[in-house]
Amino acid sequence: MTDHGRSAPLARHAVLFGFALIVLFPFLWIVMASFKTQIALLMGQWKFSPTLYSYDAVLNGKTSDFVTNFKNSSIIAITSTTIVLTVATLAAFSLYRLRWADWVLRILLAWSVIFHMVPPITLAGAWYTMFRSIGLDNTYAGIILAHTTINLPMALWMMGVFIKDVPKELVEAAQIDGAKTPRVLWNVVVPIVRPGLAATGILCFIFSWNEFPVALTLSQRATATVPLGIGKYAQENTIAFTEMAAASTLSIVPAFILLIVAQRFIVRGLTSGAVK
Amino acid sequence: MKSDTFWRYATLAPAVILFVLLTILPLFNLAALSFHNVEWINREAVWEWVGLRNYAKLPNDTLFNAGILNTILFAVVAVAFQMVLGFWLALMTTRVTRLRVFYRTVFILPILVPGIVIGAIWKLMYSYDFGIINQVILWFGGNPVDWLGNPDLALMSVIIVDVWHWTPFCFLLMLASLESLPQDIFEAAEIDGARRWQVLRYIILPLMMPAIIVTFIFRMILAFKVFDEIYLLTGGGPGTSTEVISFTIYRRFFTEDQSGYGSAMSLATIAVIATMIILASRFATRKGPEQ
Repeated sequence: MTDHGRSAPLARHAVLFGFALIVLFPFLWIVMASFKTQIALLMGQWKFSPTLYSYDAVLNGKTSDFVTNFKNSSIIAITSTTIVLTVATLAAFSLYRLRWADWVLRILLAWSVIFHMVPPITLAGAWYTMFRSIGLDNTYAGIILAHTTINLPMALWMMGVFIKDVPKELVEAAQIDGAKTPRVLWNVVVPIVRPGLAATGILCFIFSWNEFPVALTLSQRATATVPLGIGKYAQENTIAFTEMAAASTLSIVPAFILLIVAQRFIVRGLTSGAVK
Repeated sequence: MKSDTFWRYATLAPAVILFVLLTILPLFNLAALSFHNVEWINREAVWEWVGLRNYAKLPNDTLFNAGILNTILFAVVAVAFQMVLGFWLALMTTRVTRLRVFYRTVFILPILVPGIVIGAIWKLMYSYDFGIINQVILWFGGNPVDWLGNPDLALMSVIIVDVWHWTPFCFLLMLASLESLPQDIFEAAEIDGARRWQVLRYIILPLMMPAIIVTFIFRMILAFKVFDEIYLLTGGGPGTSTEVISFTIYRRFFTEDQSGYGSAMSLATIAVIATMIILASRFATRKGPEQ
């Protein structure tokens, strides 16, 4: 730090590049494994002729549920994200712009912090028991509700950060002009917080897509999500390594695309509220 | 003005209802369950009152004890390494401006990938027979290591995965904080003849303390929830060497169908974790401002 040259010396580049390689290598390794035959993988071959066999087995295999898993994950992640965004935006707007008493704000935020600290698996048992008594076990609705709840604290903090940035004067001016709350929200607030909505939405989508323990407890074969599908390859007697690799590679695709095309939103989301 | 009040309640209600129905009610549900043994007969829950017997079983449950101990060990060791490594890397690489987007993409990638995939990746790399790590060891003339099958090594192997998984994110947070520090302080310190370690100890560390605390608490909370990677890598084994608490609860509640006992365990875990995190953040915030 005491070095104050404008350009960083070569050693810094080397350290950073080495670090990046260590982080990246395992990903390249599993992508490579997904194109190997089981034999090439088990022999530890570095040179191999790439094959799409594992992808074919994962996508078209008779015993593979992966396409269903992908569909289930899409439905669950998109629906739960939509609900989380709506609920969190409404609540954040209400809390920060509709003059609630201080204690209401405090209790809600404190509770969401506490709930966020608790491992989801501790509540999954209760969710399972409750959902089973009302017939919501093994349904999309059950998992969607659970994922909505898990992501709500984070979404609430993030939307709170973004909505606090909306000038109070704008909201008040619209109210004085006689605009009702839904119009203020839709015409004044939402256009301003749109980047915040994108940031929050992307993270909620990815976290729902990745979520494992709760989906594991609340779903069976028909509603199983992508992580469950991958887990299954590892649980069988002989691990289907190349298929596990292919399914893993496919499962990263949505997050990877989002990381490339929407990186600034992800960065904004991660730095604005996810860790605060 | 009447509609104002209506909308005030209507906008907050969905969040409150969700919280009440899906977090508070389940807690009461767990509390009720924990005093019973529950059996499912024809999709009908049959509750049998057992008083405090479920709680009495906890202290003698070797799986539960192993789970709590391993979780704490895992969280403390893994997070300590991530913080120190992330901080050190941030110090080493600050102001590297080339390839920023590339680096940021690489370092964010691990936290956007499903935990189960992280497990799958390392299951491949740790494999005794054909894993890349043992291949490299063989090249250098060493003996292959049973990373996941040796009870003495398994927890360390799992911790290595977590350090690999989360160090990049700690690094990004530290780097952002480091680069937001005012540069003229360093120049002033240098003119005053401060040594490197003095700058680090008396300027950088205190100024970065808020970021360090935030990262630390964020990581501790997540580390206590660890499940996916371990589920795939070791399934808690061999023996109880990588048994973590989420796993124990899952086992008792779901694979063994002991809802009552699982509930008692869940509540005990919530109590332990809440205490740990409150103590940790007390400790962190008390250490912080004094410096």
